Amino acid sequence: MVAQLSSSVSRGRELLRRLAEILPAEALISDREGMRPYECDGLTAYRRLPLCVVLPDTVEQVRAVLRLCRELETVVVTRGAGTGLSGGALPHAEGVLLGLSRLNRILELDVRARLARVQPGVSNLALSEAAAPHGLFYAPDPSSQVICSIGGNVAENSGGVHCLKYGLTVHNIQALKLLDCDGETLELGRGALDQAGYDLLALLCGSEGMLGVIVEITVRLLPRPACSRVLLAGFGHVGDAARAVADVIGAGIIPAGLEMMDQGCIQAVEAYMQAGYPTEAAALLLCEIDGEEEEVESGLQHVADIFRKRRATSLRTARDAAESARMWAGRKAAFPAVGRLAPDYYCLDGTIPRHRLGAVLERIAELSRLYDLRVVNVFHAGDGNLHPLVLYDNQRPGELQRVEELGKRILELCVAEGGTVTGEHGVGVEKLDPMCSQFSPVELAQLHAVKQAFDPAGRLNPGKAVPLLRRCVELGGMHVHGGRVPFPELERL
Amino acid sequence: MQLREACASGRAVRIEGGGSKSFYGRQTRGEALRVGSYQGIVSYRPEELVVVARAGTSLAELEQVLADKGQMLAFEPPHFGPGATLGGTVACGLSGPRRPYAGACRDFVLGVHCLNGRGEELRCGGQVLKNVAGYDLSRLLTGSLGTLGVLLELSIRVLPVPEMEVSLRRPARPPQALELLRTWEARGAPLSAAVIDGEYLNVRLSGVARLVDSVATRLGLERHPDGLRYWSELREQRLPFFAGEQALWRLAVPPGTPFLSPPGKCLLDWGGSQYWIRSAVTPRVLRALAEKEHGHATLFRGGNARGELFHPLPSRLAALHSRIKDAFDGQRILNRGAMYPGL
Ligand SMILES: Cc1cc2nc3c(=O)[nH]c(=O)nc-3n(C[C@H](O)[C@H](O)[C@H](O)COP(=O)(O)OP(=O)(O)OC[C@H]3O[C@@H](n4cnc5c(N)ncnc54)[C@H](O)[C@@H]3O)c2cc1C
Repeated sequence: MVAQLSSSVSRGRELLRRLAEILPAEALISDREGMRPYECDGLTAYRRLPLCVVLPDTVEQVRAVLRLCRELETVVVTRGAGTGLSGGALPHAEGVLLGLSRLNRILELDVRARLARVQPGVSNLALSEAAAPHGLFYAPDPSSQVICSIGGNVAENSGGVHCLKYGLTVHNIQALKLLDCDGETLELGRGALDQAGYDLLALLCGSEGMLGVIVEITVRLLPRPACSRVLLAGFGHVGDAARAVADVIGAGIIPAGLEMMDQGCIQAVEAYMQAGYPTEAAALLLCEIDGEEEEVESGLQHVADIFRKRRATSLRTARDAAESARMWAGRKAAFPAVGRLAPDYYCLDGTIPRHRLGAVLERIAELSRLYDLRVVNVFHAGDGNLHPLVLYDNQRPGELQRVEELGKRILELCVAEGGTVTGEHGVGVEKLDPMCSQFSPVELAQLHAVKQAFDPAGRLNPGKAVPLLRRCVELGGMHVHGGRVPFPELERL
Repeated sequence: MQLREACASGRAVRIEGGGSKSFYGRQTRGEALRVGSYQGIVSYRPEELVVVARAGTSLAELEQVLADKGQMLAFEPPHFGPGATLGGTVACGLSGPRRPYAGACRDFVLGVHCLNGRGEELRCGGQVLKNVAGYDLSRLLTGSLGTLGVLLELSIRVLPVPEMEVSLRRPARPPQALELLRTWEARGAPLSAAVIDGEYLNVRLSGVARLVDSVATRLGLERHPDGLRYWSELREQRLPFFAGEQALWRLAVPPGTPFLSPPGKCLLDWGGSQYWIRSAVTPRVLRALAEKEHGHATLFRGGNARGELFHPLPSRLAALHSRIKDAFDGQRILNRGAMYPGL
């Protein structure tokens, strides 16, 4: 034990010495205070200091770090902007935290091809701002877009409020450059609409830093729609709002965004910023239609008719861009607004099939009473991605544990309804247990096998994203699988 | 069950759906594993924009069921024969004329239920658009030509059929046609397909009627004599361009690539980023041309089914493909060699 400890200490020293040789002084941090800002990502309940933090500003430095880590058998955890909500960028105590924030150059903006080639540390907003003067935009727009990095967006396959119409990150990137666990370059796609071989570009989206370090991304930019307007509707019953959502989609309308809030959230937002939301409503829908003038007009009319038929208690169409922006502002401020209701809140992230919205919200309300914890809801209704926010006070003994219990029950509910335990925030360290309820042991083994194909020694972000089988066994028989029966007909094959 | 036996004995299998795309890809040996009879729509709720169907389900039937509800497979998959199945479509990962404007086959695959080469049942993805639990194996399997798993059931995102579609054209040489397209795309014209055939720029507009009407007038194009049929003929490779026995190449290049004037006859689909080429030049010439333009070249029809049909991978990427194959099918019994030799 002592010998082991001292050998790891001396290996740590060796690592720091060698890193200092390949990196400029300001790119290597190993004092505790300097490393503090990197001890957690957006999921602040989990914190840990790494052995050291490196902040390379060239791809060659990243490569050199990876080569050294291979030689010294050291773990590497990649970090973008650290806004992840599942602990994906949580450091490893004996590993290097590889921060990519300095790789923040937009390498090329090809207006003609509507492609941009960027380094991974470029922020989502910086990319949009660079595209805007050319009448273009980058579609995936997570609420964290001011800070989060494009590299992180790819690693989490992030969505945003507009992904119902414009897709997730995977639908909007055309090529990736990856450094593998040995520091060697892999080009996944080079800009054409598809690539030879397996679709590794898609596989890398949402891979949470487990398969390689993304060092360059080619994204597709879209022409900014000529016109876009928002419609705001209040409903007396959550069920009516849920049915209105289904009706809109069923009618063949694909809104640019379709968001829902329950009463708790509406009131929190109004108290926070007076967005003009109907505080007496049980639920609110925010629907954005964009496109050419003609499309937007006919779309808005159609949606308004549907909302009326579903007994909307109030209905307002933004007259211009400024009013649309005000309507959105309330939605965008929902998290901070809810944050004022209680000392702490816990944000969940499950997806369910849209037609189960009403039933699932009711069940969440029941669970909320059962666990005596307040839950407010604000979510991407158009794609069934729920974000129940559980309010609590970390100072009260035992409360966090109850929150986690409740969270687990809600995610199991999502799986049982045919959905998933994470729509956009990723598994990280946070959802390792719920993964056991969504995947069978064979499926988990398959995921581990894929990881091994990329990273046989398991040096990249170990212990994240896919739970070890052992962990699931210890949790015991949680495999829910949407209540589906295995295929009886399979025997024929 | 046949696959389990094959796994136990390590015997190779050749997965067969409807046989409509058997021309595509390299020759594989082994006992036929027929999945074409594994049919049926498992669930379809139009308001979810998702259909779940078994792999052997006829593509034509599926499309009819969707059309009855005013919906469609937005990647407009080619059938290449009446026997086309959904499983074969996803395994080949081919997308039709709508691809550059609506997305590719893999963009619409939400979930896959399959058997890997060990005969183990895997469910990847699901029925919801947003899902980041576990690696995205569904999209990895899409287009893998059956080399990683036997597809059993697929959930596919569907989209509403546009209110109106029109087929238009105007005479234009390829470079000029590409320029015109760029301008229209940048202005947000509701394009849903665009082909440059040397003589004409052919386009399809889709969307709400008022918009399509007004844009069609604004662009000043003539009605296409073949109407919307032109696009299904193109998709199914039944246009005169595709007739005859000469080898057919497919070059995929980045959008915005200037006109390439490749050797032989060519037809540019996907708004200029997919070239169909009829040419007898040696593969080397087209591969070099594709590579220079950051694209790749596939010998789509009429090649030697034992040779290299798909664009060769750089060695490190090839080694990774080999390890991925082993992760799913260590004995290499599934459609071995369908994509690359040995894989
Ligand atoms: C207030 C708030 C709102 C949010 N809203 C949304 C939302 O609307 N939609 C949404 O999808 N998410 C949302 N998120 C979550 C988060 O912002 C996204 O997951 C984002 O994509 C993470 O980017 P990042 O740069 O911060 O990545 P990090 O948190 O630094 O890292 C996330 C994961 O990606 C890996 N990683 C990062 N960069 C690379 C790289 N270059 N190569 C390989 N692996 C890498 C890390 O190892 C880690 O596993 C929100 C977060 C906050 C705090």
